[in-house]
This record gives sequence, C-alpha cells and structure tokens, in this order.
Amino acid sequence: MTASPSTSAPIIAVKNLTKSFGEIKAVKNISFDVRTGEIFGFLGPNGAGKTTTIKMLTTLLRPTSGEIRLNGFDPAKDQASVRQSFGIVFQDPSLDDELTAWENLELHGVLYGVPKKLRRERMQELLEIVSLSDRKDDLVKHFSGGMKRRLEIARGLLHHPKILFLDEPTIGLDPQTRNHLWNYVTDLNKKENITVFLTTHYMEEADRVASRIAVIDHGVIVAMGSAQDLKTKTQTANLEDAFLKLTGSSIREEDASPIDSLRAHSRMWRKR
Amino acid sequence: MSTIYILWLRQIKRYLRSRSRIIGSLGQPLLFLFALGFGLGPIYAKAGGGNYITFLAPGVIAMSVLFTSIFSGIEIIWDRQFGFLKETLVAPVPRLAVMIGRTIGGATVALIQGIIVFCITFLAGFHPESWSMVPVAILIMFLIAILFTAIGTAIASVLEDFQGFQLIMNFLVMPLFFLSGALFPLEGLPKAIEIITKLDPLSYGVDALRFSLIGASHFGIGLDITVLGLMTMFFLWLGSTLFARIQV
Ligand SMILES: Nc1ncnc2c1ncn2[C@@H]1O[C@H](COP(=O)(O)OP(=O)(O)OP(=O)(O)O)[C@@H](O)[C@H]1O
Ligand SMILES: [Mg+2]
Repeated sequence: MTASPSTSAPIIAVKNLTKSFGEIKAVKNISFDVRTGEIFGFLGPNGAGKTTTIKMLTTLLRPTSGEIRLNGFDPAKDQASVRQSFGIVFQDPSLDDELTAWENLELHGVLYGVPKKLRRERMQELLEIVSLSDRKDDLVKHFSGGMKRRLEIARGLLHHPKILFLDEPTIGLDPQTRNHLWNYVTDLNKKENITVFLTTHYMEEADRVASRIAVIDHGVIVAMGSAQDLKTKTQTANLEDAFLKLTGSSIREEDASPIDSLRAHSRMWRKR
Repeated sequence: MSTIYILWLRQIKRYLRSRSRIIGSLGQPLLFLFALGFGLGPIYAKAGGGNYITFLAPGVIAMSVLFTSIFSGIEIIWDRQFGFLKETLVAPVPRLAVMIGRTIGGATVALIQGIIVFCITFLAGFHPESWSMVPVAILIMFLIAILFTAIGTAIASVLEDFQGFQLIMNFLVMPLFFLSGALFPLEGLPKAIEIITKLDPLSYGVDALRFSLIGASHFGIGLDITVLGLMTMFFLWLGSTLFARIQV
C-alpha cells in the first residue's frame, strides 16, 4: 500500500468477522479498516448488526469467527490493552439510576483513571455542555429520558481515549444538544486526533461529520466510501436516498408489525 | 485500588438510599427471632436445651447476613438488566478488581445488616457471653458475608435474567439456611441430615458465631474458620472467573 495522508495505518482492522446467536447470523463475514484520526460512520437499518459489531470490537462479545485488531490488540485475547484504547457511548442505557449525575460521572472518571483535578474540570465543562449543571446532584432515576441520554454522552466524553465508539448517541436528543455534541466530537477529533466510530439513523448527521461510511445490511457490508462516493455510486442527490437505494425500502422485520412484514414480503415477491 | 474503593462506595450509597429495603429485610429475622424464639422456647427448655433465644440469636444473625450477601451478589443481574454492568465491563480495569470491589461492598452491606440484627436480639433478651468477643463475632460475620456475596456473584454471572431466581431461593438459599443448624442443635441428628449439615458452609459460620457470642461450638472454632476460609477462597476464585467471562 502506498502511504498518502489519507491512508494512515488502520487503528481498527476487521477481517472476516462473523457472529451467530444460535440460528441467527447477526454479522456475516465482514471486513473493513478504520484509519487513525478518521470519523467513521457505520450505517444500517434496524437489526443490521451494528451494535453486535461494536460489542465485538469492545470486548463485550466474543466473535464466532474472524479477526479484529483494535489499536493493534485482539479484543478476544488482549482485553486489558483493548479496553485501555477506547471509550464508548452505548445505544442502551448504562447509568446507575440510584446514583446522582455527578456520582455517575465521578465513578466513570475514577474507573478510567482520569486525574482528580482534570476530572472535576471536565465534569463541570461537560455538564455545562449537556445543560445538566443545575441537576447534577439529583438521582438519575428522576431524570427524563433525554436528560439520561445527555448524561450518558457527557460520561462517554469524560476521558479522551484513542478511539471513541458512539452507538446512536443522538437518539432522543433535542436539536440543540445534537448540535453541541457533534461540534464537541469533531473538535476532539481534530484537536486530539481521536478516531470516532459512530452509528446513527440520521443521515444528515453522518453526511456532516463522517469522513468515511460503511453501510451494513442483514449483517453484510453493502457499500463503503465517503458520503460523496455513496451518492455518486447510487446516482442520488443526498445520503438518505443513497442509503435507501443501498438497503432497499422494505421495513425491517424487527420493527414491522406482522401485517407490515407481510406487505413487505409481497412487495418483494412482486418485484421478482 | 481506587477501582475497588469506588465500587465499594457505590454499593454502600445504594444501600443507604434504600430505606425500605433496609427495613424490609429486617422483617424476616425479626419474625424468626420472636415467633420461633418465644414459640419454641418453652419446649426447648423442657427438653433440657436451656435458653432457646440464646441459642437462636447467632443463627438469626447468620441468617440476615446470608440473605443480604447472596442478594448483594445477585444484584449483578439487576445491573445487567438496567445496563450499568456494561459500564464496568468495558472499563480499563481488571475485572478481578471490579468483582472484588463489588464483593467487599456487598459484604459490608450484609455486615451492617447483621450488626443491626445483633442489636435487635438484645430486645429479645439476648446478650453475648463476653463483650470482648464481639469484635471476633463481627469478623466472623464479615467472613460469612464475603463467602456468600461471592457465591451470589458466581450465580449471577451465569444467569441472564431473573427467571432462575425462584429456583435459587428455593433450592439453594432456603436449604442453606434451614440445614445450617441456625435453628436447631446439630447434636443427635439422623445420619442423612447430619451429613447434609456438614456439607453446608453456613453451618460453620453459625457455629463460629455461636462460639464467639455464647461460647459454645459444635465443630470447634479451628475447623469453622478453616472451612469458611477455604470456601471463601474457592468461591472468590470461582466468582471472579465466571465474572470475567460475562458477555452482554
Ligand atoms: N443477545 C442476542 N441474542 C440473540 N440475538 C441477538 C442478540 N443480540 C443481537 N441479536 C440479533 O442480531 C441482529 C443484529 O442486532 P444489532 O443489535 O447488532 O442490530 P443494530 O444494527 O444495532 O440495529 P439497531 O439499529 O436497531 O440498533 C438482530 O437480528 C438481533 O435480533
Ligand atoms: Mg444497535
């Protein structure tokens, strides 16, 4: 491979990665690289296998087969080194409801070894950004859904890892907070060269921040490239149309009622 | 070290914030102490056993420590369902430290609960044989607490949700308690029951507590401590091994 500024060494390398849950094959033999300092968008319909892939990258699930190198380490073997390398905002809730906002942040900061002074500074700053400063001493169980989400994000940004995973970070957030979040993340990416791996269902967000995008559908990567590449390839004007063209417009079984999926099926049959 | 401390602190905070849980979990030991203590007391005395409350009190203290610590261990299932477990599983700290922090935290909570019940036994007329042995009794309570929190952790590490919970209550926790000699003396039992009581780790905990609180012992304090110590080490090892393997 020739070295050019845009093709620095991959910080995440995935080769023939597969994950099965019994009969269900959630991820089927996918391969991709993420370069250091890149903002990588991982897009796909519900149930495509995005979260499952992230869980394998972050040591939460063991792959059925395939190879992963994250910051040079294997999540299946060298878990400690891998965990040193990343931070994550989960798609599902992961706060302790019985603790206050402040205590949740403090616990995270201590687990990630952020020195006390820096920790306190960042905690103040991040609570400001997600507008929770005045609620910092309230128990999380008394928060609204959006407030919990904002706290999760603040917590995820408390330490500055080499790689930051954001699994649908903006679900349930108001436009103001979304805007703040993406500004903060792109800033981190530029200033500290943090690699960002994100998933989202808002195409305009991916279009705005991601330097490269992979589209996954039914566990298979169907396209990869910059937002512009995907639009050109599908001859569409915006990323949303490109996405629909790549993944089809049928509703995913998981989200669809039986009637919907019947319709989707009959539509598919008619097409053939 | 800071990992262990912060996770310990979390358990303590959660405990202190759940008043209803504290009070609720005192109900059962109280019932056993007063209903059984005063109900069976006269028969026990007639049979030549002496004061039943004196005999029963260490058993009831052990019971509250047992229940609280098993539940503290099993709390992992809650954390899995509410999602918080993920946060600790991806953290760049050894899972062993996470497990130890949780276990010591859970055990501390169980110890506090045991001490509260200990104080309540005074209301039923119980008093320790010698006050100078009370610190020893507290150490023994803590050892029991660590052992059963580790057992709870081991169980919760392999359970995905609460479906197996009833099974554990009825086929593990209850038998551990009822077959431990907490309620009846271990002398002169039918052979089968005797063997089971000898296999029950709580028997040695109850016995050690009786040694320290009323100066009576069935197995001898040396054997008690040896068995409790070895069992605790084994289950800490098992618990941390299973905990390290958790996938979510
Ligand atoms: N623990 C599990 N047991 C069984 N099946 C699972 C499990 N986790 C995920 N799956 C299945 O794997 C597939 C991929 O799920 P995954 O959560 O990775 O999707 P996703 O792309 O993140 O979707 P979404 O956009 O809805 O978050 C789905 O069919 C899901 O049902
Ligand atoms: Mg997902």
